[in-house]
Amino acid sequence: MAEPPHDRTTERPDRSPTARLEMSGIHVAFGGVTALEDVSLTVEPGQVHGLIGPNGAGKTTMFNVACGLVRPSSGRITWRGQELRRLRPAQLSKLGIARTLQGVALFPGMTVLENVMVGAHRHAKAGFFSALFAVPTADKDDERLRRRALDALAELDAVAYAERYPGSLPYPVQKRVALARALVAEPELLLLDEPASGLSEDEMHELGELIRVLCSRMSVLLVEHHMDLVMRVCDRITVLDSGKQIAVGTPEEIRADPAVTEAYLGDDVDVEADAAELSGGRHTAPAPAGTEEAPRG
Amino acid sequence: MEQFLSLTLGGVVSGSVYAAFALALVLIWRSTRIVNFAQGSMAAATTFIAVAVIDAGGSYWLALVVALLSGLVMGALIERVVIRPVEGGPELNAVIVTLGLFVAIQGIVALVAGVDERAFVPPFSKVGYEVREGFTLLSLSPNSIWTVAAVLVTMLALTALFRFTRVGLAMRASAFGQEVARLLGVRVGRMLTLGWALAAAVGALAGMLIAGDVSFVGPTFMDTLIVFGFVAAVLGGLDSPIGAVVGGLLLGLALNYVRGYLDDSLLGMASLVILVVVLLVRPGGLFSTTAARRA
Repeated sequence: MAEPPHDRTTERPDRSPTARLEMSGIHVAFGGVTALEDVSLTVEPGQVHGLIGPNGAGKTTMFNVACGLVRPSSGRITWRGQELRRLRPAQLSKLGIARTLQGVALFPGMTVLENVMVGAHRHAKAGFFSALFAVPTADKDDERLRRRALDALAELDAVAYAERYPGSLPYPVQKRVALARALVAEPELLLLDEPASGLSEDEMHELGELIRVLCSRMSVLLVEHHMDLVMRVCDRITVLDSGKQIAVGTPEEIRADPAVTEAYLGDDVDVEADAAELSGGRHTAPAPAGTEEAPRG
Repeated sequence: MEQFLSLTLGGVVSGSVYAAFALALVLIWRSTRIVNFAQGSMAAATTFIAVAVIDAGGSYWLALVVALLSGLVMGALIERVVIRPVEGGPELNAVIVTLGLFVAIQGIVALVAGVDERAFVPPFSKVGYEVREGFTLLSLSPNSIWTVAAVLVTMLALTALFRFTRVGLAMRASAFGQEVARLLGVRVGRMLTLGWALAAAVGALAGMLIAGDVSFVGPTFMDTLIVFGFVAAVLGGLDSPIGAVVGGLLLGLALNYVRGYLDDSLLGMASLVILVVVLLVRPGGLFSTTAARRA
């Protein structure tokens, strides 16, 4: 149970080429319905990889495969040279993978600080029983977790809410706390499931900048509806439609890909909105000048 | 006035025993959302183990330690073997399983130890202190002080565990959202086992305290306690250890006033009336974490 001692400096992931997430030939079927068919995706170290597609395209399924909640019927997942297919969700954090959930999924009866401390769980040194009986090493441990959690909250500008309960906070703050809870584990791969849902244009912009900062420390796999955010922050993008991969490339390539436009225009739901999103997200509010002209990549 | 004082103190003492029992129910409810109807017979079993230790020449304190430890082991085993398969399934399944356990454990205790009631000697004198010349407060005895103190210390220890330790944090996280906790690297299964183990140990303590209070043990000697403990737990909101203790004390006081000013035979009815009123007026209990939920 006790993990070997390590301090923060050695914990910082070295950007070795093995810290790459490779998913290849992923098939998933739910009771005869094929959800994913031969989908491959590689998140390069230190890059932000977007996963987009019309509703029902299989984005969330693919995402859940990446974090072990869904087991593919065939295909390979390699992370740090390790096969992840039989992975249990509880082992993710040990492997340096953290995910956020759709919505916020914070623990309601625990303070913001306590919520984030749970995320730092894997960094505790003290064993199970010494923690249970609160021996001094365990006390020091708790103090360390508390500091880490406060650091993570500080990075996301949420320290002021440390002693509040999540339910009493505005939704965007809750989302920041949920993100802090994922970041406090210092993951090498961060899986973000619709981080921008429910955020205002400004908040989404801040989130985009934050993601760009984060990718100097970790790789990011981003599932998101808001196309302007995806186009702005992603290095590479995979597009799914009806469980199949229809395109992969840089934001410019995706924007120019006729198959992608086709998939979005062919979608019955929200045709105009999706098409507008694809061309730069101008339907919601005027995007800040230049963002849609010069996406990162 | 003297009767009131005596009834009040007596209410605190029996209330703290209800509180210990309610604590055990709350520990299991908050970690697995199961009401453990087998709590009473589990406590009877551990108390009989303690009696065996005393029969073999051990002291009360050795017997208490053995009872607590066997409670820990029994709780962990029952969770792993019997409860794990019904966790997360329909609630009724878990209810039926704990009811089945209740009958089965009681039967096993009766088979092994016999159905006769046995005398049980409390660790301290049950003779009340003489408050002033000619007035002995029957309900204030060294043993009743021990009973109340043991329950209070247990409650404080559990509160500290949940509030200030990493394991407590992980247990609470598992109680609030198993899936999320699992994704964050919490070993949820282990936390559930620990919850049951702790609960059974607290139940074992309750069994020892009650045996000392009533001075006998028998396979069914905890049965009435299930009702009182459950009412106390509901009164406190089922979710909060402190609520369980306050609920237990309030129930103990109320029942003792009923006993003293009305009639002994009304106790069962009074506790059910309290249960119904609480469920009608404040279904979340007096101390549920509604602050967090409301917000």
